[in-house]
Amino acid sequence: MGPDKSPVYQSNLHLYAFVTACCTFVLLLAGALVTSTGSSLAVPDWPLSFGKFFPEMRGGVLFEHGHRMVAGTVAILTLGLSIYTQLAERRTWVKKLAWSALGAVLLQAVLGGITVLLHLPTQISVAHAGLAQIFFCLIISLALVTSKGWVQGQAQSVQIVSDPIQKAALITTLVIYFQILIGAVTRHSGFGLAIPDWPLSNGQLLPADWTAAVTLQFSHTRVGAFVVLALVNWLAFKVCREYTQVPALFWPAAAAALLVWIQCFLGILVVLTEKSIIPTSVHVIVGAALLASMLVLTLNSFRLIQKGNPV
Amino acid sequence: MEMKKIWALLAVATLAMTAGCGQKSDDEMMMEALAKSGAKAAVPMGTASVAGKVTVTGKVPAAALFSVDADPVCKAQHSGMVKEETVIADAKGDLKNVIVYVKEGAGAYPAPTTPVTLLQKGCMYQPHVFALQVNQPIEIVNGDPTLHNVHCMAQINDSFNVGQPNQGMITEKKFTKPEMPVPFKCDVHGWMHCFAGVFNNPFFAVTGDDGSFKIGGLPAGSYTLVAWQEKYGESAPQKIDIKDGEAKAVNFTFTAN
Repeated sequence: MGPDKSPVYQSNLHLYAFVTACCTFVLLLAGALVTSTGSSLAVPDWPLSFGKFFPEMRGGVLFEHGHRMVAGTVAILTLGLSIYTQLAERRTWVKKLAWSALGAVLLQAVLGGITVLLHLPTQISVAHAGLAQIFFCLIISLALVTSKGWVQGQAQSVQIVSDPIQKAALITTLVIYFQILIGAVTRHSGFGLAIPDWPLSNGQLLPADWTAAVTLQFSHTRVGAFVVLALVNWLAFKVCREYTQVPALFWPAAAAALLVWIQCFLGILVVLTEKSIIPTSVHVIVGAALLASMLVLTLNSFRLIQKGNPV
Repeated sequence: MEMKKIWALLAVATLAMTAGCGQKSDDEMMMEALAKSGAKAAVPMGTASVAGKVTVTGKVPAAALFSVDADPVCKAQHSGMVKEETVIADAKGDLKNVIVYVKEGAGAYPAPTTPVTLLQKGCMYQPHVFALQVNQPIEIVNGDPTLHNVHCMAQINDSFNVGQPNQGMITEKKFTKPEMPVPFKCDVHGWMHCFAGVFNNPFFAVTGDDGSFKIGGLPAGSYTLVAWQEKYGESAPQKIDIKDGEAKAVNFTFTAN
């Protein structure tokens, strides 16, 4: 008889994962502020800052070195989470998930260092932005799968009312991530204001000149935004109508529905305020929150909705 | 003992002679360097000159003001808000900080060894616009008791980003190719930026407070001159034919938009 691999809810582990997720959210904001304030190269060296562990926190250094400090804290928290999970968790796949998160945050640190040393090549900066979201998703997943609702959730499995939403939720999550990546390319290529107005494009319904910059910005601010808005609202409407009695599905869907509108409004503000620091940075973290809410909905839907397994 | 000294002296003298025989004159070394770089051989400096003014017509908006409060050291060096230097024009429209240069017609010339100094003082670049020759040293000095990073965003030359955490630090660099313009910025103090022009000849000038410039030492010949301003960009080119000893007047006008 092998070891018992059935999950056991451990409130401290879940709390630790939840705190790490909150700190990661703060880290995303700190990273967004670095780019929004144009401070990415304020500290020209890496891993030290002006040859020190703690340089004078002035001007752009406050944002860039501040980001490094928050990142260091999150990396240490993630190391602790991996060790804690290894020791306390019975499920092997959860242990692997925790170690993956540690690998992601270390790779993320290296990407951050490389992009500074190479003076922000677009590919590396986009990879840094994209991996940040993946790391956030891993930590959110850890917080979710260690939660009481997840561990004890099998008994709450719900009956399928109509078409299952799992695939739709998964596709929507991937589409949101793809939209975030297009946004990252737009941002790090400096194309954020290639179309300086909204809702028109240089005063016309469609841009007259489809340069690479205009095409990219249009793809993110019009096409991608519309697709995400439509998908999230349709899915949220479906979930809120059919799974009202399942909080684990209802609340992430409701949150996503709210966040997607806030995100569109912020996107418009980014353009109209010419990439003002606050709306631009908040746009980044609301995007992450939207991705996280859809990820939670997706994971919960796969966990709870089972064919032929009614409540 | 005496013989040893004599042998030693002879050896030193022989080495010195050998080295002396192999040494090339500065001119020879310069010509070799030019040949290696593929540059057109330099024409000797001439006696003609071009002088004039750069002006702007139309309504020039008042210089925007910005705060330097993000760093207490910067704040302490200014009394209140600081004026942007993007367009500096007097009431007559005379434009300061415009680079006027020979775009076509001049060959490559050896670089002076005298360095150009770019000073960071009061969390501003001094000068805001400057020009230098290929391979001429540039000394970047931190004159502030605060940290700066010097972020050169060259496209043709190698870009660099160096930290200067302490007052008095000097970084020396050289540009190996002509490039126009080369922007510099400090990412610590987002308002700090300046521009350099890098040329393979000495026929350039930066306009002063009254918008005037003078380019001397031109050999007789045909040249194309342009003016560059950081907001208005490059002017329409002006072609001139000039003879030895001649002083030509050339003016440039930008239109404010």
